[in-house]
Amino acid sequence: MSNQQLTVVGGGLVGAAIAYGAARAGMRVRVLDQGDSAFRASRGNFGLVWVSSKGGNLPRYARWSRDAAKSWPELHKELLELTGVDSGLRQPGGFWLGFSDAEVRARAELLEKIDREVGDVPFQMLEPSELRQYLPGIGSAVVGGSFGPLDGHANPLMLLHGLHAGLHRKGADVVTGVDVADIRYDADSGEFEAVASDGQSWKSERLVLAAGLGNARLAPLVGLHAPVTSTRGQVLITERLKPFLNYPTNKVRQTQEGTVQIGSTSEDVGLDDGTTTEKIEWLARRAVETFPALARARLVRAWGALRPLTPDGYPIYQASASCPGAYVATCHSGVTLASVHSFVIGPWMSGLTQTPPEFDVFLSDRFLDPNASFSHDH
Amino acid sequence: MSEAVTDLVIIGSGPAGMAAACEARALGLSVVLLDEQATIGGQIYRSIESAPSDRVEILGKDYAAGQSLALEFQKCGAQYFNVATVWNVSSDGTVDYVLNGKSQRVIGKHVLLASGAMERPFPIKGWTLPGVMGAGAGQILLKSSGALPSGPVVLAGCGPLLYLLAWQYLRAGVTIQAVADTTTLSAYARAARHLAGALRGWRDVAKGIKLLVALRRHGVPVFSGARELSIEGEQQIEEFSFKRRGKRVRIPASLLLLHQGVVPNTQLSWSIGAEHRWNPDQLCWQPVTDAWGRLGNTPIYVAGDSRAIVGAQASAVQGRLAALAIGERLGLVTDIARRTAPLQRELKLRTHIRPFLDALYRPNDENRIPQKDSVLVCRCEEVTAGQIRGYVELGCKGPNQTKAFGRSGMGPCQGRFCGLTVTELIAQARGVQPCDVGYYRIRPPIKPVMLGDFVQ
Amino acid sequence: MTTEPLFSIPRSLESETVTITFEGKPLMVPAGISVAAALLAGGAHDFRSSVVGHVPRAPYCMMGVCFECLVEIDGVPARQSCLIPVKDGMQVRRQIGAANPNGAIYGEKNE
Repeated sequence: MSNQQLTVVGGGLVGAAIAYGAARAGMRVRVLDQGDSAFRASRGNFGLVWVSSKGGNLPRYARWSRDAAKSWPELHKELLELTGVDSGLRQPGGFWLGFSDAEVRARAELLEKIDREVGDVPFQMLEPSELRQYLPGIGSAVVGGSFGPLDGHANPLMLLHGLHAGLHRKGADVVTGVDVADIRYDADSGEFEAVASDGQSWKSERLVLAAGLGNARLAPLVGLHAPVTSTRGQVLITERLKPFLNYPTNKVRQTQEGTVQIGSTSEDVGLDDGTTTEKIEWLARRAVETFPALARARLVRAWGALRPLTPDGYPIYQASASCPGAYVATCHSGVTLASVHSFVIGPWMSGLTQTPPEFDVFLSDRFLDPNASFSHDH
Repeated sequence: MSEAVTDLVIIGSGPAGMAAACEARALGLSVVLLDEQATIGGQIYRSIESAPSDRVEILGKDYAAGQSLALEFQKCGAQYFNVATVWNVSSDGTVDYVLNGKSQRVIGKHVLLASGAMERPFPIKGWTLPGVMGAGAGQILLKSSGALPSGPVVLAGCGPLLYLLAWQYLRAGVTIQAVADTTTLSAYARAARHLAGALRGWRDVAKGIKLLVALRRHGVPVFSGARELSIEGEQQIEEFSFKRRGKRVRIPASLLLLHQGVVPNTQLSWSIGAEHRWNPDQLCWQPVTDAWGRLGNTPIYVAGDSRAIVGAQASAVQGRLAALAIGERLGLVTDIARRTAPLQRELKLRTHIRPFLDALYRPNDENRIPQKDSVLVCRCEEVTAGQIRGYVELGCKGPNQTKAFGRSGMGPCQGRFCGLTVTELIAQARGVQPCDVGYYRIRPPIKPVMLGDFVQ
Repeated sequence: MTTEPLFSIPRSLESETVTITFEGKPLMVPAGISVAAALLAGGAHDFRSSVVGHVPRAPYCMMGVCFECLVEIDGVPARQSCLIPVKDGMQVRRQIGAANPNGAIYGEKNE
């Protein structure tokens, strides 16, 4: 139990999960959220709760993802009981599908490497005939695939709704329509003051920056560094269809409502979250190649969302040295990691628990090394 | 994928689209006109080319006026594609559409959006039951197939279209069971303030009085000042009821036609990212354009009812004006002010009456913003008014958040039938104006497209 | 509650007719009208059962905006029947819930 006030800047998947975790651990929490027209990376999340192929260059991240998948059912159950909101979690295992032999070979090598380095990240490589048993109607363009028994999916928007409803239930204060312009730190009192562009401000002893793309600008205000850039993902969604796809695949999944989600692209286009005809057509064609029956499914919505990406694609979780009590959190997989954000990061950033083990790898200091070069596999 | 470049791509073959095509062709522009329907005329002039003379007689002279425009269009030499479903218009003039199961593209140096109006939703209890339709639907059935209600029909709501339909049905021998007019007494008082320059308004009022007299002569019960409308039934409508002078009137019914005006179909203009303003007199969104209909700095123009409700004649004038403005940009028109002076005068004449009509036929708050929680607001995804209010309580400030939380606006109609209601519901719940709340973020495809249509 | 058709189309001697079937039952209707008009005149009260709540729904706007008139036409599910003219031999069925992408197709897909 703590007497301190925590302000979380950002009410998207990351902010809401951390805030929920803090509230549930007994903190007084307030969330400052932008509102209806925010870029809202949460809307661009494909909804996978995915372990496979995570952490190819960072074993700790593979373990973090696996921990998340394992504790997700607890989050799902808790939110359902507390708020009545169904996050849509299903973890039947998931498929990655390949359209060339070279692709499939590379995939096998990657998954073998991760399993070797981390241990206990099971997977199976499958031939088309085997794939067909789980994914009937799969197209002949698919030449192979991998199955990850720990993989699954959820509904990102329902998850967000559930977290917000959970925050409500736990007595947290969620302030919407807030554009945080400045953060002031008083070294004497140890207090933070978040100031909005319209002049409103909020004081607290602890602060978490979970503002997605906004973190890059806000982090230096509290002695942190968050070099996030945006990547645009375009996603397609169909009308509701009768259930035909029982497992999520990395590019095509059928949601609980029956809609089929198809995605996504990964484009470097600055802050343009629009859609393009070229990509819509490309995504549609690939979906039909994967499941030919989708030729007669109707596309109802297409959207683009800007998702925050660090130079190596891995998260940043860091406590500020110069402004104790301030933290920054950013990641690309806000749905997969929602559980550990609630159960582990929330209490940690509230000062209630120790830093999670081996978390040095997530410090943004890694980006300050002039000799390092980065690439990400998103 | 076939791509072609043309001077002007027009979307919609109603009065605005047809008139624009004629005017543009007269200037020598290449014109492609795309329309989703199978025949020209839009909604107001539906089936204008094939309507038999007795049907034209029933429909009246405003409908018949479309015949000459249709003839002019057929002769003008525009390239016309019917059953072409436009799914995207980009601000650089690219238009994507589906024709014969294939997605195709045409690039216009200019594009004219002329997609007209649609029925304003009427979210009252039971409005989703079979047997409940819009009055516009009744007109479309009459125009396109000569179909008439086979039994007694109840009409409810307000607005010129409702009374026009009643008059047309009377002439066709249809049994009108009752007319429940929701126009309030105070609306008459408000409208009276706009009579300046609305000489035509008197003619419409006179028309309305003639209709009332005719209805009474036929023994049709007319209930004015109808409030608290409600529809009961299990599998379909069984009873329609309302309060009138404090007493509840119940009418067993099998067919109910509702109407409370039409609103601009703004799906395309929103999807382009154009600025829209909330019109508090017309209670709808309107794209912000210059005097000729141009959207911002784009080569895209809007004319007709999809820009603001102005009626068929004024829509045609706007279509011609837009075409001339486009002609000027292409260097084909030199003295546009002089050339368009008569059209501008005609436009003024035909739109003088709007403030009067808007005030008189302003749809009542209770019929636009359901107070009862159980009333369905999003028909496609079956989201209720109570659910929307609940999301506002959770902190949702606008329709995109309520969409994310509850799926309203995510169905195949893409927010067409719930957008206005959701915006006004949120505004009321938050105690702000609709312009502070905003509208759904509309993106392509603006009509559902089969994935297979993208495969070559 | 009525089971009579909600609308009727006065037959004229010159009008061409076509025959379509609705739920297996043949309907003779004027050529050129929309499938939705044909069904309404042919006695259909509900066209589909809704996707979320499985309740009966029928056309509202007749102009392609409300998406309530969805029916299965010649094996292709969830088509807006108010936008499609009748064709001789057309087979129409109610749309029950969500479209089935693996449903049977007979005849041409494009319309």
